[in-house]
Amino acid sequence: MNPVLLAEAAPGVAADFSQETIWASIVKAVLIVVFLLTSVLFAIWFERKVVARMQVRPGPNWHGPAGLLQSLADAMKLLLKEDMTVTRADRFVYLLAPMISVFCSLLVFAVIPFGPSLPFPWTDWTTPAQLTDFPVAVLYVLAAASLGVYGIVLGGWASGSTYPLLGSVRSTAQVISYELAMGLSLVSVFIMAGSMSTSQIVSSQTQIWWFIPLAPAFVIYVISMIGETNRLPFDLPEAEGELVSGYMTEYSSMKFAWFFLAEYINMLNVSAVCVTLFLGGWRAPVPDGFLGGALNEGWLPIIWFLVKLWAVMFFFVWVRGTLLRLRYDQFMVFGWKVLIPVALAWVVVLAVVQWLQRVQGMSFQQFVPVIIGVAVVFIAVMWFWPDKKAAPPGDGADKEPVDAFAGGFPVPPLPGEKLPPSKRFGKEVHGE
Amino acid sequence: MTPAGLEISGGETVLFWVIAPLMVLAALGLLFVKRAVHAAMCLVFVMVSMAILYIAQEAPFLGVVQVVVYTGAVMMLFLFVLMLVGVDASDSLTETIRGQRWIGLLIGIGLAIVLGGVVGRAAFPPAVGLNGGDPGGVANPQGLARVLFADYVLAMEAVGVLLVTAAVGALVLTHRRRLTPKQDQRAVADARIRALPDGVVLTPLPSPGVYATSNAMDTPALGPDGEQVPQSVSRVLRIRGQEKAAPHAPGTELVETQAQVGGSRSTGTREGEA
Repeated sequence: MNPVLLAEAAPGVAADFSQETIWASIVKAVLIVVFLLTSVLFAIWFERKVVARMQVRPGPNWHGPAGLLQSLADAMKLLLKEDMTVTRADRFVYLLAPMISVFCSLLVFAVIPFGPSLPFPWTDWTTPAQLTDFPVAVLYVLAAASLGVYGIVLGGWASGSTYPLLGSVRSTAQVISYELAMGLSLVSVFIMAGSMSTSQIVSSQTQIWWFIPLAPAFVIYVISMIGETNRLPFDLPEAEGELVSGYMTEYSSMKFAWFFLAEYINMLNVSAVCVTLFLGGWRAPVPDGFLGGALNEGWLPIIWFLVKLWAVMFFFVWVRGTLLRLRYDQFMVFGWKVLIPVALAWVVVLAVVQWLQRVQGMSFQQFVPVIIGVAVVFIAVMWFWPDKKAAPPGDGADKEPVDAFAGGFPVPPLPGEKLPPSKRFGKEVHGE
Repeated sequence: MTPAGLEISGGETVLFWVIAPLMVLAALGLLFVKRAVHAAMCLVFVMVSMAILYIAQEAPFLGVVQVVVYTGAVMMLFLFVLMLVGVDASDSLTETIRGQRWIGLLIGIGLAIVLGGVVGRAAFPPAVGLNGGDPGGVANPQGLARVLFADYVLAMEAVGVLLVTAAVGALVLTHRRRLTPKQDQRAVADARIRALPDGVVLTPLPSPGVYATSNAMDTPALGPDGEQVPQSVSRVLRIRGQEKAAPHAPGTELVETQAQVGGSRSTGTREGEA
């Protein structure tokens, strides 16, 4: 048993870690790292292949069956490249930044449940298919993500060059704004599941997966997860067309590979969180009680989890193959003026509905009229709300000169306003 | 969970004695490093280590929130500003207030004496753990929520109103009245179309010439008529007088020869006709 962090099964956690030994934890940790590294190799091949199919070309097909060994070859090439450090770099931070990125990206999968309790054949020993879980596991995921940004930010700063700095400034702003929306969308899952532990959230989805009743939160999460991982159409910190590659411009060889690795592991991370919180985690896509729940027992759930994980990854690639990069100001306006207000409003609505249901004891049929009434009033108000008056056109050339001293003291003219001609000015010009 | 007289496990002791000295080192680093970003990183290290200690002391919520709020948001905003100072900058060591160092030293020593006195005279009761004797417990989120939103709901709301007021105040103070209508993409496009008669081109300007002997930015391209295209070189270079002449253009000769031979100035496929 891990003596420090998890002394007992904490309240509000579904997974049972009471039989866990420290050796089991170590084996699981190693398995997770191996899983992540091989998944990254696969993900790079997967992305290139799928994008290629979408663009009607074959994609990598030379090394190994169907080009599967292409990413391995790329990794070897990266390892053997010259490891450069630019002269103006802050050497320590320059080296530290990619390490922070990779380290923080490896943290998240510790709390992701791959399945329920796994039985081991010929023994009566079972163990949960996740490394650990505690009452605030999802907040821990957010914490790991917010620490990982330090890698990007410090990497861009330590390179001592303009494009990386711009990339890291963009990344800071992007992550701060999109993490707010992401956190708010997760709050609605917390409200419904009544817990922040990943295993408890999965076991709360026996009747229905949360992406159906919490559809607005799901959409917000999906948008902000793409923003969080710096993927197209939100890849502004590394936009090739504008910033060369942003924060990793000055990196080469293995240090660059670490950033690359962290980016792909982060994709897997946010996909796994999406699956766990909204798509039923390791649950089979069948109604509860189907075949006596045989599909949700033993080792089979791991397959469901992986299928869902790669479905979300496919969505990532699909979005990349379809959408163009947003302009930076549009991106920020979208985050602050659309995503965050919508997420906030949704949390309030959900909290009120939950309060009516749980505290006031209203049934769903009872407050359907209330919802319809509120919606009708809202639409009516929006309908009759006066439009904003457009500013009258014209550049003010034909306007009367304004009196600058009307308020008692001189003020400069506003754009479009004209001052009366100065008498002194005229005198000087004409020399009278 | 034992209700009273909780033993501190060996693992926790090891964790403390590994992390605590590193934290002290990082905290000293915060005082003595030259560059602002390094100091910020030292502070981040202290914060994260403190979160680990919180979690080890059965307060996972506090630990995680410490990282999310302080390290992830507040420190990141600090870093955002510090980064723009640049990688080469270091703090200036001139005093802006007279006698600043001595005042600071005096206050620091005073604080150290007070803290030392308090810590030295404190008598610690036996450890009971956060949940000791309290089944709901304030360590888990539900217990914490009950305390914050039931017992102290007025204080929480008051703090919330204060923070919102501060945020709105910041917005109001930095707000500027928009004097001209907002230029959207449509308006910009229309303005460019309207400016067409004044010589504005809608397409990107032609790129400089690429030849076998030179492909620099200062060499103008040749148009289909064999003349040099002045817009293909940056205006700055032209004003500075750094513009080069385009190399000898064989195409023009060819066209002239053909004009002499055939009498028709076809500027089309040169190779086909030659």
